[in-house]
Amino acid sequence: LFPQAPRMFAQNSRNSASPVLLLVLLGCVLCPPAQASKSSEDIRCKCICPPYRNISGHIYNKNVSQKDCNCLHVVEPMPVPGNDVEAYCLLCECKYEERSTTTIKVIIIIYLSVVGALLLYMAFLVLVDPLIRKPDPYTQPLHNEEDSEDTRSLAAVPVPAGARANTVLERVEGAQQRWKRQVQEQRKTVFDRHKMLS
Amino acid sequence: MDQKGYRRESFQSTTSDEDMLEVAGASMDFSMADDDPPLDREMGGFSSYNGGGMNSTSTMMDFLEEPLPGVGTYEDFNTIDWVREKSRDRDRHREITNRSKESTWALLHSVSDAFSGWLLMLLIGLLAGSLAGLIDISAHWMTDLKEGVCLAGFWFNHEHCCWKSNTTFTDRDKCPEWKSWSQLILGHGEGAFAYILNYFMYVIWALMFSLLAVLLVKGFAPYACGSGIPEIKTILSGFIIRGYLGKWTLVIKTVTLVLAVSSGLSLGKEGPLVHVACCCGNILCHLFTKYRKNEAKRREVLSAAAAAGVSVAFGAPIGGVLFSLEEVSYYFPLKTLWRSFFAALVAAFTLRSINPFGNSRLVLFYVEFHMPWHLLELVPFILLGIFGGLWGAFFIRSNIAWCRRRKTTRLGKYPVLEVFVVTAITAILAFPNEYTRMSTSELISELFNDCGILDSSKLCEYVNDFNSTKGDDLPDRAAGPGVYTAMWQLALALVMKVFITIFTFGMKVPSGLFIPSMAVGAIAGRLLGVAVEQLAFYHHDWAIFSGWCSQGADCITPGLYAMVGAAACLGGVTRMTVSLVVIMFELTGGLEYIVPLMAAAMTSKWVADAIGREGIYDAHIRLNGYPFLEAKEEFSHKTRAMDVMRPRKNDPPLTVITQDSMTVEDVETIVSSTTYSGYPVVVSRASQRLVGFVLRRDLIISIENARKKQDGIVSTSVICFTDYCPPLPPSSPSVLKLRSILDLSPFTVTDETPMEIVVDIFRKLGLRQCLVTHNGKLLGIITKKDVLKHIAQMANQDPNSILFN
Repeated sequence: LFPQAPRMFAQNSRNSASPVLLLVLLGCVLCPPAQASKSSEDIRCKCICPPYRNISGHIYNKNVSQKDCNCLHVVEPMPVPGNDVEAYCLLCECKYEERSTTTIKVIIIIYLSVVGALLLYMAFLVLVDPLIRKPDPYTQPLHNEEDSEDTRSLAAVPVPAGARANTVLERVEGAQQRWKRQVQEQRKTVFDRHKMLS
Repeated sequence: MDQKGYRRESFQSTTSDEDMLEVAGASMDFSMADDDPPLDREMGGFSSYNGGGMNSTSTMMDFLEEPLPGVGTYEDFNTIDWVREKSRDRDRHREITNRSKESTWALLHSVSDAFSGWLLMLLIGLLAGSLAGLIDISAHWMTDLKEGVCLAGFWFNHEHCCWKSNTTFTDRDKCPEWKSWSQLILGHGEGAFAYILNYFMYVIWALMFSLLAVLLVKGFAPYACGSGIPEIKTILSGFIIRGYLGKWTLVIKTVTLVLAVSSGLSLGKEGPLVHVACCCGNILCHLFTKYRKNEAKRREVLSAAAAAGVSVAFGAPIGGVLFSLEEVSYYFPLKTLWRSFFAALVAAFTLRSINPFGNSRLVLFYVEFHMPWHLLELVPFILLGIFGGLWGAFFIRSNIAWCRRRKTTRLGKYPVLEVFVVTAITAILAFPNEYTRMSTSELISELFNDCGILDSSKLCEYVNDFNSTKGDDLPDRAAGPGVYTAMWQLALALVMKVFITIFTFGMKVPSGLFIPSMAVGAIAGRLLGVAVEQLAFYHHDWAIFSGWCSQGADCITPGLYAMVGAAACLGGVTRMTVSLVVIMFELTGGLEYIVPLMAAAMTSKWVADAIGREGIYDAHIRLNGYPFLEAKEEFSHKTRAMDVMRPRKNDPPLTVITQDSMTVEDVETIVSSTTYSGYPVVVSRASQRLVGFVLRRDLIISIENARKKQDGIVSTSVICFTDYCPPLPPSSPSVLKLRSILDLSPFTVTDETPMEIVVDIFRKLGLRQCLVTHNGKLLGIITKKDVLKHIAQMANQDPNSILFN
């Protein structure tokens, strides 16, 4: 009755397999930071003690586990004699803190590499790309602000719309051309004609 | 094609704007305008929305009429047809349910279809939470990069650099591993030259970051600028903006948001985080057929994604859902409520496990005190509400005036220069004052903080009387000199932030508005709080204080005043009500302060509404001319449908297509000579009895496909929209049947229908156009754009400001 049914199911199973794959991938990426390395440099017990009588305020750091995080274990050397210790410790506040240096390092390095890659790509598009392409008077540079070239640039599509791009390189180039045209359209809408996002 | 198509007297809504892709005649390569991957040849069998799945006829010809790819999709800058999308989804669901009884595989398929929504929410929460964690950590690091660098590892910010070393009680910021720029370059950090060097480096870094941000936005994704919430509101009401929620916009927005926040500009990251989360939602929708092909279902997912965005911005899942319900979404079915909450929770949990701020806090300015407040303090709280309302109205007016100037004059031609100048001014003015030098989130955190004996910042420099200290409970004390210095510095910071935010919001970098408004309110609140506190301390024998604030008691908490002030200002600008109070009390972790927050939020909304009707996002929607039909306002004029419909009295008659007497050539001529996005189909020109409505895009695609694929379709072939086509002489070319693309149930109203009802119908059903009949005959058409223009006309605004379709 429905000839498309097997094809549709195959497609849907393909579609439902990819989110599962994505989920597994995300889990692998997120797990290492989540089970943060409880290395000794990533935990600490921080005790802040205010000024007391003639003793100035002080901050004590020590990497002890959470059950040992109290004034008696962390504040060393104790600035007050034995009978005053309890009164002094009542004023102090101790907090257990942990962080993950691996997460921080990984995220900052990922961020910087993304920024670097974008900068390189922008430099490539502005400087190198116009040189390696055939010097075509109809292709536009990256930052243009003129409307009149629009129809000509549409006409200069290197691959005709109906033909199948065969090699990977041609397909990539086609996708890149499409993306560039899209960005040009967006730039015209936002920056030149101020139709959106003003 | 007419360049100013939207300005002329058009019968029906015009298509997407002038120099988008050539639609009429040329072969459609609609994959260029999409951010979707090119449509594949396979599509589920549910294109007709007039009832059954496939066509109910049984002829061989119809069997080959599987729905074409492209039929049922929309062009850029067009409105979707909610009714059609919803009925398509119902058809699909019915199909799956019916088929699930046939085999186990089909049953599994139906179960997985039901669960796909939840899986999608889970993925959105994970991705949004991870991106928020990345943004938080990177922004924290880069903000501190303006001041110095950590020698123990350049990826540590100031706080983490000094984590391990022992800092002193009074100078908690200094540690040997962290070197300011002057210390690094000169070797020492004292003296006038070191100060000037630090100043210089600060300004240079700020300029570098903001220039990089604006160049990336301009070069790769121009849609990534601004806040994003007005556009998302418009998208969720049914508008299509291709590329606005795409992959490149996501990447660029994430990267440039960090840069913009780190450059010290007076902007926040909450609004852009909503955009980022919606981009995640849109991208992940492509994994599931159910959401990829249906624009109405996709908007449900986007509502949930917006909730996840606010949830990670404030650490407030419930507040996020309410924000999505109140501010961002247009149609919010109850099923979406539960799913949004799930997505928001998953996002908050993911962010918590990444732990960007240490101590498993989600937001930098988490409030941890629970001091009680007294009923008489409602007076200053209401004063803060009035201040918030006044500031909100002032900000909206001035920001819209500035944005309009940017839109219409030459100022708009130099976006990069504008960002450069604004950053330079902000950085130069911000460095000398320590309260503007620190990042705005840190400022808010410090202002919300209640001073205890363990604090040694300037704001907490009260005169301590050690004999009366008992543990952590400090009484109200006299202000020391540090507090007075802090007060006038904060006043200067307030003035600067009030004025610089006007020029910053709306620039061509991602900019949010929540944090600057909260900062303005927090500063005002703290100033008022310290004033009241000192008043109570020095005059504790006055009648108003003697009852509850005796000497030695801790009655006034300036931190609470700061919080209430922040809520008031945020409410004055955005006109949020419930969601604001819920976000604020989720920030504090308790319900003690709900009454002050509500009092301030209500007062500020009333005051601001008395001055100007719209919140900032609605004002920006109106400035840009988006076709957003406001759902909250009543239409109260006595016009009727015949006053608004097209064609008007002196116009040529309505362009219609007959059901079985027009040829392919006739239809092509009509389509290419007019720019309407749809045509009514009538029985015959004489009778004008309505059969249905057909969309332009579907017509073009079907005719082109028929010319290429079907035999015998030539220009003189007759197009037939009925089930049983009239018999033709055998020598004539074969008939082109297009019943499958016809909408057999278009909405109609009579010409005497009051416009109140028509506007209500458009709002509630999400219509794009509505046909007008008189005595049963087709008379005209009303489109959403006509309705919007009419509302604008009635409100004495410029009807030509409605730009898009």
